[in-house]
Amino acid sequence: MAQAISFTMNGKPVRVSVRPDTTVLDLIRGPLGATGTKEGCAEGDCGACTVLLKREGINGGVANAANACIMTAAQIDGAEITTVEGLAHEGVLNLLQEAMAENGSSQCGFCTPGIAVALTGLLANNSAPNEEQIHDALAGNLCRCTGYRPIVEAAKKAAGKIQLAASAETSHSASSEEISFDGAVARCPTSLAELLQARRELPNATLLAGGTDLGVARAAYEKDWSSIIVTNNVKELRQTQEDATGWTFGAAVTWQEVLNHVGEALPSFGTLIRRFGSTQIRSMGTIGGNIGTASPIGDGPPALIALGAKITFASVDGAQKTMPLEDFFLDYRKTELPQNGVIVSVHIPKPKADEHFRVYKVSKRYDQDISTVCGAFWIKMSGDNIEDVRLAFGGMAAIPKRARQAETALKGKPLTAENIFAAGQLLGEDLTPLTDWRGSATYREQVATALIKRFMHDLNGETVEVMAL
Amino acid sequence: MNKHMQTSSIERSTVGKGIAHDSAKKHVAGQAIYIDDMAELPGTLHAALVVSTIAHGIIKSIDAADALAMQGVHLFLTAKDIPGHNDIAPIMSGEPLFADKKIEHLGQPIGVIAADNIELAVKAAHAVKVEYEVLEPVLDVETAHERKEYVLPPQELIQGDVDAALKDAAHVFEGRLEIGGQDHFYLETQIAYTVPGEDDDMLVYSSTQHPTEVQHHVAHVLGNLANSVDVKVRRMGGGFGGKESQATIIASAAALVSHKTRKPVKLRLKRALDMTATGKRHDMVSKWRVGVDANGKILGMYVEYLARAGYSADLTGPVITRAITHTDNAYFVPNARIVGHACKTNTVSNTAFRGFGGPQGVITSEAIIDQIARELNLAPNDVRAINYYAPDNGEVTPYGQQVEQNQLVPVTEALLASADWDRRRTEIDRHNATNPVIRKGLAMMPVKFGISFNLPSLNQAGALVHVYQDGSVHLNHGGTEMGQGLFMKVAQVVAEVFQIDVDRVKITETQTGKVPNTSATAASTGSDLNGMAAFNAASAIKSRMLGVAAKHFQTDETDVTFKDNQVHAKGQSIPFSELAKLSWAHRVSLSEAGYYATPKIHWDAKTLKGRPFFYFTYGAAVAEVAIDTMTGESRCLRADILQDCGESLNPAIDLGQIEGAFVQGMGWLTCEELWWDKAGRLRTIGPSTYKIPGSRDVPPEFNVSLLNNASNIEETIFRSKAVGEPPLMLAISVYLALKDAIGSNKDRNFDLKTPATPENILSSLSGSANR
Repeated sequence: MAQAISFTMNGKPVRVSVRPDTTVLDLIRGPLGATGTKEGCAEGDCGACTVLLKREGINGGVANAANACIMTAAQIDGAEITTVEGLAHEGVLNLLQEAMAENGSSQCGFCTPGIAVALTGLLANNSAPNEEQIHDALAGNLCRCTGYRPIVEAAKKAAGKIQLAASAETSHSASSEEISFDGAVARCPTSLAELLQARRELPNATLLAGGTDLGVARAAYEKDWSSIIVTNNVKELRQTQEDATGWTFGAAVTWQEVLNHVGEALPSFGTLIRRFGSTQIRSMGTIGGNIGTASPIGDGPPALIALGAKITFASVDGAQKTMPLEDFFLDYRKTELPQNGVIVSVHIPKPKADEHFRVYKVSKRYDQDISTVCGAFWIKMSGDNIEDVRLAFGGMAAIPKRARQAETALKGKPLTAENIFAAGQLLGEDLTPLTDWRGSATYREQVATALIKRFMHDLNGETVEVMAL
Repeated sequence: MNKHMQTSSIERSTVGKGIAHDSAKKHVAGQAIYIDDMAELPGTLHAALVVSTIAHGIIKSIDAADALAMQGVHLFLTAKDIPGHNDIAPIMSGEPLFADKKIEHLGQPIGVIAADNIELAVKAAHAVKVEYEVLEPVLDVETAHERKEYVLPPQELIQGDVDAALKDAAHVFEGRLEIGGQDHFYLETQIAYTVPGEDDDMLVYSSTQHPTEVQHHVAHVLGNLANSVDVKVRRMGGGFGGKESQATIIASAAALVSHKTRKPVKLRLKRALDMTATGKRHDMVSKWRVGVDANGKILGMYVEYLARAGYSADLTGPVITRAITHTDNAYFVPNARIVGHACKTNTVSNTAFRGFGGPQGVITSEAIIDQIARELNLAPNDVRAINYYAPDNGEVTPYGQQVEQNQLVPVTEALLASADWDRRRTEIDRHNATNPVIRKGLAMMPVKFGISFNLPSLNQAGALVHVYQDGSVHLNHGGTEMGQGLFMKVAQVVAEVFQIDVDRVKITETQTGKVPNTSATAASTGSDLNGMAAFNAASAIKSRMLGVAAKHFQTDETDVTFKDNQVHAKGQSIPFSELAKLSWAHRVSLSEAGYYATPKIHWDAKTLKGRPFFYFTYGAAVAEVAIDTMTGESRCLRADILQDCGESLNPAIDLGQIEGAFVQGMGWLTCEELWWDKAGRLRTIGPSTYKIPGSRDVPPEFNVSLLNNASNIEETIFRSKAVGEPPLMLAISVYLALKDAIGSNKDRNFDLKTPATPENILSSLSGSANR
């Protein structure tokens, strides 16, 4: 049993004894004394805590921006971290930092370290980003002072000029050894068998993949976790398979990795993935975690359900079961996952030539916001008529849900405004939206129908979103 | 594509140059030290606030036994432990640091708990059990108004005879606008670090815009004199008004724990508590009746504001005053009656926020203009043009101030031309005729904004300048740095006086022990006040140094010039540093406390008449938007801004202020929504639920220019003008453009409440009067 977490920070090996559920932000600002990284929100949303995270075999093994505030020390064992202090080389700022300093990219300066790190991460991986890619890289970083224009310009100025320091030779690889300190334990199993064993031995452990949802309560100090099981190194959960019929993603595949695989073939899904989390969240959050947390407002499930995805999970004794994802969700935050079971993989079939898929999200802000309504639509045409259809929604019920009655009303008919209006009248049969701060029930109902209409306009080749202008 | 023009300045060596923020390199390197980054002294305790979980009620009991039993938790203090006064009201009185008996909003501080670390302190705070007798909360201004529940008496401005004007008017229109509030969302949450000294001294590091107020309240709460408290502020991670009066809660609570324990104490609010327990921009409802002639010229208006004060007055009084004094915006209103009610609700007490009531006044004014245009089927800009303050129309505001150096016509005409208004108006109308789903909108609006605190006594400042024998300069003043670049601007002023490089001027933290009795860095006045105080200090030292130089060169003082770090006379030069050393040797003081009080201003707070503002700034914006008529989603596609900054002290910093304010204003008007549930709990208490603009929300085409040749006619510091707040209101152009897009579908005026979220836009689209 190890009593310390080992990782690399800014090129130097670190071995530190802390509770494994300490947030990475508290670890680096506290015991490690690197105070350049800031706490702005402690919920993975403002990006002031951004660090670069590099983990062997994950996200292509390159350094990606991640939120230190909602990440636990247990999750970085064996990883490499770069903080703002690690951007300069021998006291000389990198060229992105120089460009930001010259360009008025900071005012109060509190968001600035996180932004410098996030943009360094972008430019290290992409020497010539376009404007959209710069915005994608900034979607997880809030600045309240500048209005962003000088930040975006600094990124353009520094493009092509940023390299990260070579990895330290002392870097560690993840260990499956249990880490234990101050009454808390963490395990990082490397195989499904080890994972299930850990589930049996630590039945009350918090199962952490990216931790982008669960980590919020931890960062708020509302919860602490005396035992953690980290899934990121479980090889079966890290596999991706693609063939002519579809993709199978292990549960611990990150959304960034999913995006890399599906973005071109399913551009609409790609856009959604870029929107439902920031770069930071996508590099941490996993497809299995997004499903397992079973949020009614998660954006992954509606899209996956509309695509006809199947989920495979294992019970604690190792028995595996596969079912359509839509059947997996039972009620608010309740699923078919047996006690202490784990999600193993998700299979997404590729739409065929006569099948069309689109997913739309309406929220108060375009980037890094939670859906008021997410509508995902798959349709199979037979001539001019709809042969089969799946209309899946998030934010419209206690679970991500298909509008079966509306689907039935559309089947066998052409996709016209009249038929959509009639189908829209039936949405209430399946969907029971709530009123909250993201929108009233009435608004959600209006939007759900509007999105089906948008699907029709979209298939006709019209411009259907203001962001496309 | 972005174009950024800069004003042409009179040739000066340092002032007027676009020098980067003094901490820019430290910011990007993570080396700028905020309070939470300071090395903690041994024995430091971490505090957390215990706050009410109900909106309205009576405390029946408080039980901290479980919390205090936690290992590492040290003490819990409530109102009864306060040795001095349990009152931190900034203007009035009766605003307790800790609720004693009565709970008046959810999140109201009840006590403070201290532990070995912040995590433990937060957990301990949650473990304190408070029992309440729950009372029904009042949560909206209309209910408070009906019940006549106010925190202050109404304010009323009367000019001319409105009733007669409305009677004679060709048309009278009534309207109502719901104007949303706004959380400051400074990236650095509220924080203080207090260090007890000998006797009863207390050193306070506070993230505050108002160190003097923190000093006074800490002393008041501890029952000590002001001279026992020294408050230091090097920088804030954003302020925007939220760290003016609100910082006193945090600093006073921390100081109380330090006082009791004689240990250093850090109190930092987690984001959710910061958004729950500290005040915001006042949401308001404005209602009006406006009378116009057949051409849409305003004859008179009656306007009423219902402002959500929250549970106490805080700064609501002057916020309402500024709303009232900006209800005219750019337009001559010969007859007016403008009333503001400070409605008492069981919500957090609202406070200063960039614009300070001005935005609510200006958007009301612009909504009235927009309504007149829509009802009379006139072009909104034509209605604006005939109502502008102008010599042939009228140039006296309803509060009796003459509108001087009136730039409304030059600014708006130049902007309409540079923004290519006519062509784009035609194109957008054409687009809307053929695109039923995605509609576009275009709007222009001007902003006239009054500069000075409404209360004349606040318009004063001090500075402390030392020249050392090596010619380096130490600069201190009462202004605080929250990101706005004030420290660099004032350093430029001092460098300009001495004609030395700005990097020879050491910028130092604001400190009440160095410069006392300061006003908040607020009301856009930071560089006007502190720049002039520093100028006076530096100029006094310089005039003494001139005497020494004249002796040295054996000439008259008038022959001596300071230039390029040198002092010149009769074809000879010595370095500035040498003159400094010579001055010391001649026993001439190289230190000066400078002082400045804004001239010309006066104000009658009863009648709301006088000359509250030293001068006005003028600006204008054109915004183009698109809306999705099926979902209500919107986007600003382009914005063009022209802003009058006088002779800008630093055009790069001013540009940053304009762009940042505009985007912050867009957030206020579009995506930032405060949402309380029926129990009075704010549910938008973090960036996951409260959405400030992101980088993609900035208009992809964003052209910002400073007005050329705009030297202030008033004697401000190097004839510059203030910039902090006015451009925030330029974002009202986005709101008006959204109305224009929605209105492409309508025959008459319609309501659009703010923030214009997708839901509120869709609601306006599906409302009555659809074409």
